[in-house]
Amino acid sequence: MKHKINVTVNGAAQAAEVDSRLLLVHFIREELRLTGTHIGCDTSHCGVCTVLLDGQPVKSCTVLAVQADGCKVSTVEGLESGGKLHPIQEAFTEKHALQCGYCTPGMLMTCSALLERNKSPSEQQIRQAISGNLCRCTGYLNIVKAVEYAAQKMAGGVS
Amino acid sequence: MIPAPFDYHRPGTLDEAIGLLTRHGPDAKVLAGGMSLLPALKLRLGTCGHLVDIGRIPGLEYVKEDGGTLRIGAGTRQCVLAQSEIIHSRYGVLADAVPLIADPLVRNRGTFGGNVANGDPANDCPAIVIALGAELVARGRQGERTVAANRFYKDLFVTALAPDEILTEIRIPLPPPRSGSAYRKLKRKTGDYAAAAAAVQVTLDARGAVQRACIALTNAGPTPIEAVQAARFLEGKAPDEKNIAEAARLAASAAAPSADRRGSVEYKREMARVLTARALKAALERAGGN
Repeated sequence: MKHKINVTVNGAAQAAEVDSRLLLVHFIREELRLTGTHIGCDTSHCGVCTVLLDGQPVKSCTVLAVQADGCKVSTVEGLESGGKLHPIQEAFTEKHALQCGYCTPGMLMTCSALLERNKSPSEQQIRQAISGNLCRCTGYLNIVKAVEYAAQKMAGGVS
Repeated sequence: MIPAPFDYHRPGTLDEAIGLLTRHGPDAKVLAGGMSLLPALKLRLGTCGHLVDIGRIPGLEYVKEDGGTLRIGAGTRQCVLAQSEIIHSRYGVLADAVPLIADPLVRNRGTFGGNVANGDPANDCPAIVIALGAELVARGRQGERTVAANRFYKDLFVTALAPDEILTEIRIPLPPPRSGSAYRKLKRKTGDYAAAAAAVQVTLDARGAVQRACIALTNAGPTPIEAVQAARFLEGKAPDEKNIAEAARLAASAAAPSADRRGSVEYKREMARVLTARALKAALERAGGN
């Protein structure tokens, strides 16, 4: 069974015809060819497939593409604008918040959503917010530092 | 992983949804947040011919107190419920438990009603609605009816809901004065189901003795387990260490967990005992503070 869907992905309107069972992550990666969003556990545990659905971080391996009809989807490709990295991306570079990088796209989306609703999150709030995103390299320490750094940067505290 | 093929429907009203469920019978499943159903379909633990998505039906998302009853719309997202001031003021067991469901990203999609109606004894909300003495409102083609939470769970993934019925609301009676409730859960990591967990609500009488108690256990058998004997033991007694310990022992003896990666039967039963005692202490403290 096919469904016509209209989704705004990183600000661009996308119309598509999708199968009922097509997962949002497959729509993003295979139909739109935005392969920055990764697939990890594929069982809604690891969070590498995190995208923002109407501004909220969700695991796109556990959302049907048809459920996103009429919604705004943001992926890691949409974080930079005009060739300039988002402060959270700069912060991940600056604070060495990744090693293998597999979890990074999902982690960036969760962290950017956190910073949208909380301009200066505490360490505990950061750890809580990223508790659905697994990282096996960093031990999370540098990710927490990066979010703190990005928050300062966004507040104009770091040049 | 890709689910087996199904047809997807997005009704605009409850009546339309009930019409679809009536037409397709047991071959249809209700999709709300999808946080349990979609993984099950992907893992092919289950299949269904028709998914009826109630996620866009207006009027299913609310948390409000109304004449001595807390009404929670079944479609209320767990992340929204966790922020509700009402639950923090009077429903400690909910305030404790909702932030412990799965992880924050899952709670952004997962609904309270879905967690209640899914019929998985590993979900946290079934034990909670039992402990709070909730009434569950079901709507089907015959109209609306209510089922007491402690009569709702029949077997593993089997509930009192008929194939054409949808859970629409959870009604929780306002706890009397000198009441407190709490949830204590042991899990290996964020996102894991409980190795054991206990939901309790207690009410003290004017002398400080336990007037009423309700204890329910998560993931301790094929359905949530209401530890009736443990609750009856406490009633009329002083809420002291000795009585709490005996009630916790009785609650653990009602548990019938199965061994898995989270531990052996003995371990889980022992954890049910420990967590019941901790939940009782927390609830009693809250009751005394009223």
